[in-house]
Amino acid sequence: MDLESLYQEIILDHYKHPRGRGLHDPFDAEVHHVNPTCGDELTVRVRVRDGRLEDVSYEGQGCSISQASASVMFEQLSGDTVEHALEVTDSFLELMQGRGNVEPDEDVLGDGVAFAGVAKYPARVKCALLGWMACKDAVSQAVGRGTSEVST
Amino acid sequence: MTALDAPVSGLLDVERVRADFPILARTVRGGRPLVYLDSGATSQKPRQVLDAERDFYERCNAAVHRGAHQLAEEATDAFEAARDSLARFIGGDSREIVFTKNATESLNLVAYAFSNATAKAAHGRSLPPGGDRFVLTPGDEIVVTEMEHHANLVPWQELADKTGAVLRWIGVDEEGRLDLDHPEHGLGVIGSRTRVVALTHQSNVLGTVTPVEVVASAARSVGALTVLDACQSVPHAPVDVMALGVDLLAFSGHKMLGPSGVGVLWGRYDVLEAMPPFLTGGSMIETVHMEGSTFAPPPQRFEAGVPMAAQAVGLAAAVGYLEALRSQDGLLGGMAAVEAHEHVLTAYALERLGSVPGVRVIGPTGAAERGSALSFVVEGIHAHDVGQVLDDRGVEVRVGHHCAWPLHRRFGVPATTRASFYVYNGLDDVDALVEAVERARAFFGVI
Ligand SMILES: Cc1ncc(COP(=O)(O)O)c(C=O)c1O
Repeated sequence: MDLESLYQEIILDHYKHPRGRGLHDPFDAEVHHVNPTCGDELTVRVRVRDGRLEDVSYEGQGCSISQASASVMFEQLSGDTVEHALEVTDSFLELMQGRGNVEPDEDVLGDGVAFAGVAKYPARVKCALLGWMACKDAVSQAVGRGTSEVST
Repeated sequence: MTALDAPVSGLLDVERVRADFPILARTVRGGRPLVYLDSGATSQKPRQVLDAERDFYERCNAAVHRGAHQLAEEATDAFEAARDSLARFIGGDSREIVFTKNATESLNLVAYAFSNATAKAAHGRSLPPGGDRFVLTPGDEIVVTEMEHHANLVPWQELADKTGAVLRWIGVDEEGRLDLDHPEHGLGVIGSRTRVVALTHQSNVLGTVTPVEVVASAARSVGALTVLDACQSVPHAPVDVMALGVDLLAFSGHKMLGPSGVGVLWGRYDVLEAMPPFLTGGSMIETVHMEGSTFAPPPQRFEAGVPMAAQAVGLAAAVGYLEALRSQDGLLGGMAAVEAHEHVLTAYALERLGSVPGVRVIGPTGAAERGSALSFVVEGIHAHDVGQVLDDRGVEVRVGHHCAWPLHRRFGVPATTRASFYVYNGLDDVDALVEAVERARAFFGVI
């Protein structure tokens, strides 16, 4: 393992040029997740309509891995169906928990495949998961409140 | 500039010291030599400590204070001899040394003495003579500082929640010193309602050495007890509990070359005598009836269950190791030599790191009145990422908030990178640190 395989160009690019950063209104659910070991913080908002993640937005501070991962999460999940978004999230989770033994699927994860190297650094896995787990939490809160039933 | 070739006055013979630490010979991350700069979190252990622990298990292992057979006698003697060593090391009496699992437990033991005394008093139950000192009433005040490790903050917050006491704190100034003159968060927070003042001797983040005598004397003048978190001082400098004027003092063995699983609470004997127990059960009782029990005098009162005898013996060996160290020029010995050694490293590190563009040290930037914990931010790079590049070079530091989240908030940074030095670190380790920080800046393109 070397630094370059951990910090893929794609990751550094998302870190330096985060996609869709900034919180949007209106939203159905907002969550604030922290990584207590290092102080990384992220706020995620979602708006769910007709079973779709109509809007995902985020704001936070932290290391390159946590912030780049949130940016990729935004790209991969915005506009997706709730069902598929949760599948993609699970597949990202599986990759992160795979200790480097899971082959990532670019069709499912998009730029998320760049995080494959992170799985070999257990201390950084939480950073990579921060945005995704926050989004999952926000979605389940939004769906739990029945907003997905509200049609526009 | 790199490490000087000529011997520098005050340094230990690092090569000789390193030879005692088997782990320092290993490599990390693809064959790189290990540069261990995380002793503030936990120190490495010399062979002498590992041998002492093994020797205990191989020769006299038994449950101490339980049983009359020969092994139990020998084990108890070894455990009690360890207590004597620790007492001598910090200038206390053996009866004043309580073995705990770590400093966190030591500090909780004291906080629980307050909450347990308060709960018992509320029901009119009996307390040890003098136990009133530990009974809090709503509105009583607990004073801490803004630079505390969570271990010396959260237990006091909990105590306040349980008793209705009010938590107050002394703030930290820009340089990273206690802001004693601050109008709202200065020494003036210690007042007539203050019952206990808990502070650190040396910040695990800033390195700052606090003016303990000044704070303890303010506490004494209002009849409050002073509890000192000595986790980062006892391992690194001579500490004399009598000179400090505090009532209770906590530290961990694993940060001072000792094994994990053993820590110490020292307390003035009359103070310990007045405290109700924290953990209860075997070994800490005097008599037990179905209706109730009475408790052993300190220190046994606070050592429920079969204690960590082998670890205590290992810790005593660590104390022996530290006491036997000599500076290379032969002028200093023991903890004075350790302190001088770290002082040279700290001054060198402050100078070298301070000259790297974009590096900002959080805490005193001069080596006076500070220890060797050295935290910094590198502009444009999150501490986690700095740490990753350092780790890639074999330089092992701590990143994050180092269990002092409010302190990081005070300085407006989410996380810092911390290097901390000990007896096996040399000037070459500082060079490796600086070189790795420069590499991090190059890697993340912030040159
Ligand atoms: C200043 C300070 N206080 C308390 C602690 C807690 O020590 P332990 O985790 O060994 O109980 C530490 C170390 O982590 C520390 O540095």
